[in-house]
Amino acid sequence: MKKKTSIGKIFLYIILSTYALVTLIPFLWALSSSFKPLSEIVSGSINFIPQNFTLDNYRQIFIQQELFPRWMFNSIFIATVGTGLNVIFNSMAGYALARLAFPGKKALFIIILAVLMIPAQVTMVPNYLILREFGWLNSYQGMIVPSMINATFIFMMRQFFINFPKELEEAAAIDGLSRIGTFFRVVLPLAKPALAAQTIFVFMGFWNDFMRPLIIMTDSSMYTLPLGLNTFKGQFVSYWNYIMAASMVFTLPVLLIYAFFNKYFIKGLSLTGGK
Amino acid sequence: MNRKYSAKALKEAGQGYFFMSPTLFVLLLFILGPILYAIFLSFHDVRLLGETAYNFVGFSNYERVFEDQRASIAIWNTFKYVIIVVPCQTALAIFLAATLNAGLKGEKFFRIIYFLPTLTSSAVLTLIFMWMYNREGLVNFGLETLGLPTYNFMGDPNIALAAIMIMNIWATAPFFMVIYLAALQDIPDSLYEAAELDGAGPIRKFFSITLPHIKPITSFVVIMGIIGTFQLFDQSYIFSGGSGGPDNSTLTVVLLIYQYAFKTMDTMGYAAALAFILAIVILVGTLLQRKLSKEENLY
Repeated sequence: MKKKTSIGKIFLYIILSTYALVTLIPFLWALSSSFKPLSEIVSGSINFIPQNFTLDNYRQIFIQQELFPRWMFNSIFIATVGTGLNVIFNSMAGYALARLAFPGKKALFIIILAVLMIPAQVTMVPNYLILREFGWLNSYQGMIVPSMINATFIFMMRQFFINFPKELEEAAAIDGLSRIGTFFRVVLPLAKPALAAQTIFVFMGFWNDFMRPLIIMTDSSMYTLPLGLNTFKGQFVSYWNYIMAASMVFTLPVLLIYAFFNKYFIKGLSLTGGK
Repeated sequence: MNRKYSAKALKEAGQGYFFMSPTLFVLLLFILGPILYAIFLSFHDVRLLGETAYNFVGFSNYERVFEDQRASIAIWNTFKYVIIVVPCQTALAIFLAATLNAGLKGEKFFRIIYFLPTLTSSAVLTLIFMWMYNREGLVNFGLETLGLPTYNFMGDPNIALAAIMIMNIWATAPFFMVIYLAALQDIPDSLYEAAELDGAGPIRKFFSITLPHIKPITSFVVIMGIIGTFQLFDQSYIFSGGSGGPDNSTLTVVLLIYQYAFKTMDTMGYAAALAFILAIVILVGTLLQRKLSKEENLY
């Protein structure tokens, strides 16, 4: 494979760079627009480097839409708590399915696999009615509790724990740790790579979710960022400088998390990738 | 002895249920219960105002699909979307993965850039593309520079869905690319070396070695693609402000379900029926794909 001719190599680099540009241009364009004053936006001039560079849009979005910090808080709160619960509960379930014997285990496992196949739209309407009955519309628990487990990651964690060395748990048991103590003090800390992969995917799922908050959160102070952004767009239809600034603010946290967990990301993908 | 054993088994079962308890709770209350509830709803006329009232209507919610003009538009749009987007994004993902896997320097750098769309939320991506698709936006500027015709991407019913397709192929392909990359790295170099000795060029190698080897992954990617594309919602909702316009051209099945469930009165039962039809279509699509890829293996 290494014996590539240099012409072939150049050709490959051209392809890679072209596609890198195709990927980057929308982001660069959005970033550049977020630093332009409105006058430059409406003039229709196409320039990636702002003629009148300004940070004002980033200030204005917080002034024009005073709910912005609130939306950000809602998003961070729901995503963080939801992810934390998912990581613990999915791992517990995966562990039980991999290691413990209890009646109904096989049936439960099959049900969890079946749930993977059912599109969310089927449960969307009844879940709305159930949450309404509980008085959980416009609440954090309405967003978090129904999603505090995830069949995909229960399955992933089960696969992970099946290959997990038993000796460690046996040693912990000899040291007098209970099963639950062993799980939290010995098993979970050693499952870090799997937990990290799970964390990224579940966090992204909560953070980027549009449909569920759209249904559950009708009070604008309870919006999450994607919903808020959509509303914001409706209010400032041609203020693309504001909309792009808001979009950039919203994208940053996920990029940071990705940078932090990057190396686990690919691993996690091959874990979920059904390999 | 026997008693002691059963006490131990009992303890383990208790621990098992303890570990499963959060999952069981959500499974029963928010997944299995709602599925049964959804079946119930789909056979009823649901009134939410005042006292919630259910009126048994048999199969009429399901029959209504055939008379509903908007339903047939939504199904047709979704179908077009799936048929075009799934092959394109899969092919692009394979192409990118194969190029990245050629052992060039800077692979990591390109990989990080390519992954950006996967990390960005659909809401943000849609807004960025709407800004680029603007009448006097970046895309039209590019087309004009190249001497090509410009389009009213968001206002022209013939173009709007295609605009969403392009955006989503661009946004989803890198995710599948990463899955392919892992698989490509598992193909032994010796196979390629042997093929080179036999005088196979890069294209021949790609079709005779790479493609057959990643077939199971392709099957997985296509199934994931089918499931994902059938559920298109965020992008068309944001693109059209929730209406599915212009002229119903971005109306998808899920958007229609949403509208019937939450925007029009007394059509919740019908929405539930539509959701079941969608679930069955997705299931059939998935099974069909599985069957097709198995048959290909026979050659």
